[in-house]
Formats: sequence, C-alpha cells, structure tokens
Amino acid sequence: MVQIKRLQEDGIDTLAIIGEIDASSSIELDMSIAKSVGEGFKKILVDCSSLEYISSAGLGVFMSYIEEFKDKKINMVMFGLNEKVANNFSILGLADLLHICTTKEEAKQLVNELSV
Amino acid sequence: MSYQYNIGCSLSNLKGIREFIRTSLKDYAIPELELSAIVLAIDEMCSNLMIHAHHCNPDHKIELHIIEPSSGELVFEIVDDGNVFDINAFTEPKMDNLIHEKRKGGLGIRLVKSIMDKVEYGSKDGKNICRLTKFYKKNNG
Repeated sequence: MVQIKRLQEDGIDTLAIIGEIDASSSIELDMSIAKSVGEGFKKILVDCSSLEYISSAGLGVFMSYIEEFKDKKINMVMFGLNEKVANNFSILGLADLLHICTTKEEAKQLVNELSV
Repeated sequence: MSYQYNIGCSLSNLKGIREFIRTSLKDYAIPELELSAIVLAIDEMCSNLMIHAHHCNPDHKIELHIIEPSSGELVFEIVDDGNVFDINAFTEPKMDNLIHEKRKGGLGIRLVKSIMDKVEYGSKDGKNICRLTKFYKKNNG
C-alpha cells in the first residue's frame, strides 16, 4: 500500500511517498505526478524518505515521464532514498537518468538551479 | 530447507510474497542489499505471471518454493498452470527506446536477468515450473 501526500511551497510541488510501490500501487504514483504536471508545476520534488520499496512498476512510472518533463521543461528531483530503494534504481541505470539528492535542502537547491 | 507459499493471482498478494521470502530467508545471512534484490526479482516474476498468464484472476493459484540445494545457492521455483511466459524468449527493450516511447513496462525482465544467475523453464505433472537460481556470499559472523 502506498500513500502520496502533496505539499506546495514557493512554486515547488513536493510529493511525499509513504509505503511501498509495486504493480498493485504504481497507478497512485502515476496519478499524483500527472496531477502535478496538469496543475502546471515546473518544479517537482519527490520525497522518498518514507518509501520502503519500489518495483519495476514504480520505476517505470518515473521513467515514463523523462521525455515529457524534457518537452515541458519540468524539473523533478528526488531525495531521501534508502539504500535498498536506491539500489533498485541503480540496477537499471535509472540513477543516472534522474536527479537524485540526499537531503531535501540539496534537492530544493538543485531543482531551483535546473529551472534557471 | 524448503519453503512453500501458495498465492492467488491478485496483485494485492505481492506484498505477502515479499514477506514470505524475507521471513523464509531471515536466518540465511544473506547481505541485506542482495536479499532486497532477490525479493525484487521474485516480485517481478510473480507480477508478470499474474498479469500476463492469469489476467489477475484471484482464483488462479501459483506456488512459490524456496530450496537451498547447496550452501550459498538458492533456488526459487514458481509453479503455475497458465500460458508459459518465458522471459528468456524476450529481448529486453533498450532503455533509450523505453524512455523515448514513454513506456512504463519492460523493466521487470531486465531487473530479473540482472539479479538472478539462472532462469530456467520446465514442466512437471502438466504444470509449468520456472526455476530461478541465485548464488550469494554469506555475511561473515
């Protein structure tokens, strides 16, 4: 089960993922990102500090937005991934295709720099 | 050792599969990152089967067996009676293509092949058996 909380501040939409994302719950992640994009946010942070597990279904959701983000000049930065979750991104080489930071402060700084 | 778990083909049962693997293997001194990768690979195989061979019908059952043929070697057998979904017959799509086509699927097979050392298919008593082998180095102490 997963819960995704959204919080907007300073023009940045932060999506906090709480729980596990697998084939049964990846749709929730997809809908949250689609909502953020639909509302016109250009800066998106994904708080993964309470993300306990992610399978290819969830990794695929992040991957499927890479092109759209490029086209729409949207920048997304993820932060707070635990070692196991980060490893799942690395196995696929996705860690190099997405922006991943350690802390929220770093992520905020990066998303602002990328958006200049 | 030998552990068995029977599951209906509903994606809501994936969490139970992950817990079963962790519980079964908790005393095997498998490094945490490696164990997590194993859990991920079996989750991918089971969700593929549930979706593609059983259309998520919870009345269809699959069996998962965990066997340790020798120290440092684990075999996961997934038994079902649906259409065979042989991942060796699939060439994984290139990452570039997946990104370009904005596709969400296609990553699971790539993960399984990177994590597991062997993926073999067979049949017994009219059922399909998918055998996934993983060799691992035990944690010291």
